[in-house]
Amino acid sequence: MDWRRFAIIALVIVIMFGTVVVVGISQNSPLVIITSMLATTIAVATPLTLGALSGIYCERSGVVNIGIEGMMLGAAFFGWLASIYMNTVFHQVPMLSLLTGVFVAVLTGGLFALLHAVLSITFKVDQIIGGTVINILATGITGFLNRQMFFGSGSVFGGTVPHSPGVLPSIHIPLLADIPVFGRIFQQQPITLSALALVVITHFVLFHTRWGLRTRAVGEHPRAADTVGINVIRMRYLNVIIGGFMAGLGGAYFTLESISSFEPMMTNGRGFIALAAMIFGNWTPFGAWAAALVFGAAQALQINLQFFRELIPPSLAILQNSYVVGLAPYILTMLILTGLIGKTIAPAADGKPYEK
Amino acid sequence: MQNIDGQIPVKKLRDLLNPLLVPLLAIFTAMVAGGIIIAIVGGNPFAAYWGLVQGSFGSAAALSETAVWATPYIFAGLAVAVAFKGGLFNIGAEGQLAFGAVMAALIGYALPGWLHIDLPAYIHIPLTVGLGMLAGAIWAAIPGALKAYTGGHEVINTIMMNYIALNITSFLLNGPMRDPDPLNLSARTPEIAASARIPTIFPDLRVHWGFVLALLVAVIIWWLLWKTTMGFEIRTVGANPDAAKYAGINVKRTIVITMAISGALAGLAGAIEVTALNYRHELGFSVGYGFDSIAIALLGKTNPFGVVLAAILFGAMRNGGTRMQFMTQIPVDIISVIQGLILLFVAADAIIRFIYRIRVREERVVLTRGWGG
Repeated sequence: MDWRRFAIIALVIVIMFGTVVVVGISQNSPLVIITSMLATTIAVATPLTLGALSGIYCERSGVVNIGIEGMMLGAAFFGWLASIYMNTVFHQVPMLSLLTGVFVAVLTGGLFALLHAVLSITFKVDQIIGGTVINILATGITGFLNRQMFFGSGSVFGGTVPHSPGVLPSIHIPLLADIPVFGRIFQQQPITLSALALVVITHFVLFHTRWGLRTRAVGEHPRAADTVGINVIRMRYLNVIIGGFMAGLGGAYFTLESISSFEPMMTNGRGFIALAAMIFGNWTPFGAWAAALVFGAAQALQINLQFFRELIPPSLAILQNSYVVGLAPYILTMLILTGLIGKTIAPAADGKPYEK
Repeated sequence: MQNIDGQIPVKKLRDLLNPLLVPLLAIFTAMVAGGIIIAIVGGNPFAAYWGLVQGSFGSAAALSETAVWATPYIFAGLAVAVAFKGGLFNIGAEGQLAFGAVMAALIGYALPGWLHIDLPAYIHIPLTVGLGMLAGAIWAAIPGALKAYTGGHEVINTIMMNYIALNITSFLLNGPMRDPDPLNLSARTPEIAASARIPTIFPDLRVHWGFVLALLVAVIIWWLLWKTTMGFEIRTVGANPDAAKYAGINVKRTIVITMAISGALAGLAGAIEVTALNYRHELGFSVGYGFDSIAIALLGKTNPFGVVLAAILFGAMRNGGTRMQFMTQIPVDIISVIQGLILLFVAADAIIRFIYRIRVREERVVLTRGWGG
């Protein structure tokens, strides 16, 4: 990450935070608003961060993955389904149901990733089409099962959605969470905190371990890697599946941490925005996380402006329209991809099947 | 042992059937897999598929509805196919279709009022449909230009344009373009004027002249791609942009034109739905067309006539799915699963070749390239 990119990220976030501060200043102190914005930003950036990490594992090893959206959607559904099933049996211990849900979600992500690996590595299908297959299948399967199980007379649960175990409770980190006012920032739920930890872990794995070196070698120059005895196919399979686990955890965020229900197509393009974050972050974990925060800030802006709706002055009436403010993350993504904000370099063998 | 006399006809027949073999086996395999899923969730797959067939081909009304469903699929499938021919992956058909529909609705209901005259149908219909196409073309040309001049990948940009289109459409249909009828509770436009409506072919059936237009457009696209210089340039850029550049083709311009044609076809899909079927645009109607059209283009092997066949199949499945749900309580969403599986087996034809032990190798078509473009 060069300084220019960080400067742009900082500038965009300052503008978005500033807007909310200007609007809400008559009701709350700027410090409280900024703290609340920061906490929301970090939380809503979670699926983007995990999606971007998923992309990094896949693409650093040379496999393009645009199926992250579908992987997250599938994981969100099956994780939620598992937590509900568990809850009908062990409703005294919601934590048990929730953790089972997270586990199933991660596993679902891994299974979808395995399909992607089989398609793109073994069968050498065009990787972008392979990802599209995942997206279409995930939309179809979750839509079908959602209706089959919960709606209509013949459905499994007889037309009602059973009680869900709720959402994962936020964790009180000693010391950090006790800081006055700012402590709110560290008062986060477990998947959000895991995402932050995984950013650090991924950075370490990718740049300071033998595994990471081999992964990058396979993604940059598979033939050279093969010559020195690295198993290209195996490295790619494993990295794509690890990426699937990341996307699965990101999917769990939607139905087990953010809200406790499932809606068809609820991932709403986050998987694609995560890819843009990965590209903007130049395929590095910290860069991708910073980019995910920009999108998170755009979303936090939308949420907080809704909160201060009545306070918006007539001169800024456009900010009252959630459809208009909602455009921000998508337009940002496009601007980033145009390369207006510096050039990025993809791994050299990204998207190319390896022919021995 | 084969004798010399028998060999030639056998080979000819095989040449004719070969391109159809893998798609047909893919459809068959996906139907079997779908049947297994239906059985697992406690349904009777035979009853379900019988309902599907009856609902899509069982009567004149069923056939008419299949054609009605197939019409936007043909246009949108052609849109994706043309982009594929030019080496571009247009995932944004949904947004382009929505914009075409919004524009057609606007011209359809508002233009006579703006001009203070009653337009004759032979002016109003072409104007409505044409401007709908233009809206789709512009919406697709933006990511096309970004691809050509800045290298921004069209896959992500067209998806972003989908979400932007959805937000803008939501804004318009809830605000300036909302149907002012006091009984109206949904986000939709007013009905278009009678002079902007494309008539039906038969008095009692819903099938309209838009279906005939779709077949005609498929022929035009085939002619454009294989009989004109522009088509040659599009295919050359799609096959090998470097070679195209050395041959003196303006690659950047061709990319923008390809995307514009693709978007115009998607916009046409939306415009025809408004002018020939719904007579208005309603929020949510365009959802799902984007991915369906990709599946149709791939199943049709990006050939215009293949696209028509694939679109009719998908139209029949969507149409018959409603009757299937009515008769057997199997949710209509199973159709999406089956379509996903069809796409899976068409894209990974190696799986099909493996299952059915097909030895013949077809030429591998390169459809898209990685981020580097």
